[in-house]
Amino acid sequence: MHRQGMVTIWFFIGVLLLAYGLLILGAALFESPSAHPVVLSELHAGIWWGALLIVLGGIYTFKFLPGKGK
Amino acid sequence: MQAITPLLSIPAVLLQTRLLTLSGVDIAIVALYFLAVLGIGFYLKRFTKTGEDFFLAGREMTAWVAGLSFLAANLGSLELMGWAAAAYQYGILAAHWYWIGAIPAMLFLAIVMIPFYYISKTHSVPGYLKLRFGEPARALSAISFGAMTVLMSGINMYSMALVMKVVLGWDINFSIWVSSITVAVYVGLGGLLSAIFNEVLQFVLIWLGALLISIIGLIETGGWNGMVARIHQNWPGGDYTHLWRTLGSFQDNPMGIHWVGIVFGLGAVISMGYWTTDFLVVQRVISAKDLRSAKLAPIIGAAFKMCVPFIVILPGLLGLAVLPEHLTGEAQAVATGGHSYNEVLPIMLARYCGPGLLGLGITALIAGFMSGMAGNVSAFATVWTYDIYRAMIRKNATDDHYVRIGRWCTILGVLVSIGTAYLVMSFLSIMDYVQALFSFFIAPLFGTVLLGMLWKRASPAGGFWGLLAGTLSSIGMYTWVKLDPSAIRYVALSPAAKDMAENMFRALWSGIICGVVTVVVSLATRPLPEKALAGLVYGCTEIPSEGHLALYQRPIFWAGVVAAAFLVLQVIFW
Repeated sequence: MHRQGMVTIWFFIGVLLLAYGLLILGAALFESPSAHPVVLSELHAGIWWGALLIVLGGIYTFKFLPGKGK
Repeated sequence: MQAITPLLSIPAVLLQTRLLTLSGVDIAIVALYFLAVLGIGFYLKRFTKTGEDFFLAGREMTAWVAGLSFLAANLGSLELMGWAAAAYQYGILAAHWYWIGAIPAMLFLAIVMIPFYYISKTHSVPGYLKLRFGEPARALSAISFGAMTVLMSGINMYSMALVMKVVLGWDINFSIWVSSITVAVYVGLGGLLSAIFNEVLQFVLIWLGALLISIIGLIETGGWNGMVARIHQNWPGGDYTHLWRTLGSFQDNPMGIHWVGIVFGLGAVISMGYWTTDFLVVQRVISAKDLRSAKLAPIIGAAFKMCVPFIVILPGLLGLAVLPEHLTGEAQAVATGGHSYNEVLPIMLARYCGPGLLGLGITALIAGFMSGMAGNVSAFATVWTYDIYRAMIRKNATDDHYVRIGRWCTILGVLVSIGTAYLVMSFLSIMDYVQALFSFFIAPLFGTVLLGMLWKRASPAGGFWGLLAGTLSSIGMYTWVKLDPSAIRYVALSPAAKDMAENMFRALWSGIICGVVTVVVSLATRPLPEKALAGLVYGCTEIPSEGHLALYQRPIFWAGVVAAAFLVLQVIFW
């Protein structure tokens, strides 16, 4: 995928993961747990999974930013 | 290779209820996904100008992109839900479809078959048959593949809409039209390039959406050993956690299958046929930028395929361990008002995933569905444009003309799929026949392509008649068992054999018949001269040496690593 001027797929993936991470982290922090009770809610899966997506998305977005390295 | 039949039997009673309710943030996540795939399609249209761009993504994919897309095209959401359900029903035996039913075939494709597909510069599998065996073999394979692919796409579409109805309460028409129009738009705009881009995105989302179920499930059970202990406690007497130990007899395992069927029917014929000759997956690999990348792509795919049971089979097993309710077959679920095996994945999703995570999980299911459908539609467009339209209707048009036809074929393929979806909705039993019909072509096609690649003496007449004989014999065996169920003792070698075993053995016999007829007819007819076989057959093709590459850069090295990991898994879960 080295076509001149084409944005790599990894950049799109990075942006989407970043957006998802923010949404999931936000939902985990601000939504009431009683709205949708889940097993092992004390693990706060939404918080660390959202954070993981933000980190992964951030890395991919930055690393494959269009125009970078030109 | 998809376990979609059970999902289609979801009864009307269950359609009155829904398993999950999405919050605003979940809906935002799903909506964002649709915007992303459409945006990628619009963006890539400007890079899709020639036939090579539209049908083969310009043949410039890296090994990673081609490899992930190769796997994602197979990872339909029905595959995810169907095999999770199978894992709940049959235990870890379902993992055979991910391991022996995939890994050897993918490695075989990479090391043995890809050089011929790639060096011959064919645009499709029927295209290879044309080069090797002539027009009749191509016509038989192209028409059957084109028709079956689009029908399967429609069946998948309907199944997915039904799942969305059961899980989320979404209207079936809404699901069918929104998802299919989205796929038509992004594949129609960007062709295979857009399909592949989106498949890689979908692959990542499938993993991130489904992985959490297994992680939290293992935490809840206290790891693998804790899960096994709980399964034994919940299901005394059953063996759900051993891969091979119960396959010595048809009666000893819930699948009613014997190891001969798994090894030779599934491992040697069905999976070889699917992974090495189904153009839906092969198309992704031949879009790679060079031969080394094309060989590495299935190896990368195999490495990830080996891990897929972690997000598909494990949730089914965890369901056996942690769910207080015993899930049952559809009929019993209706009678008792409970849930069926087919719902195990969404039930586990609802068990562990709160707002946001639930949206990601649902997005994973939708992404799986769309990657499978886009795979079908893009392969359909290529085969119909190049192997049917150009070969039989209009031979010498411009490249632009074929690209336009390809775009129209994409839309036509989606519309026929939608028609099939509604047809299945009205006549559910069609589903069984179409699925069987699809399987009729896979095993014989493998026999024909393999002999074509490895045996110089295979003649055009041998290739055509072998393919036809294998296909007809498969149809014959299927019809025989339908008309006289006791005939299963001949087809599958045991009266105790069940449907799955019948499929395996039918594939085995049709592959053997195809091979025998190809050999006999070839020996009685004139082969092509060696000069005409250059680039197509072992012994007549110069395959570039990889001797100058460091060991870790050679595909054969990584194939060995994946093969070793595959063997270790068999021993661990023996």
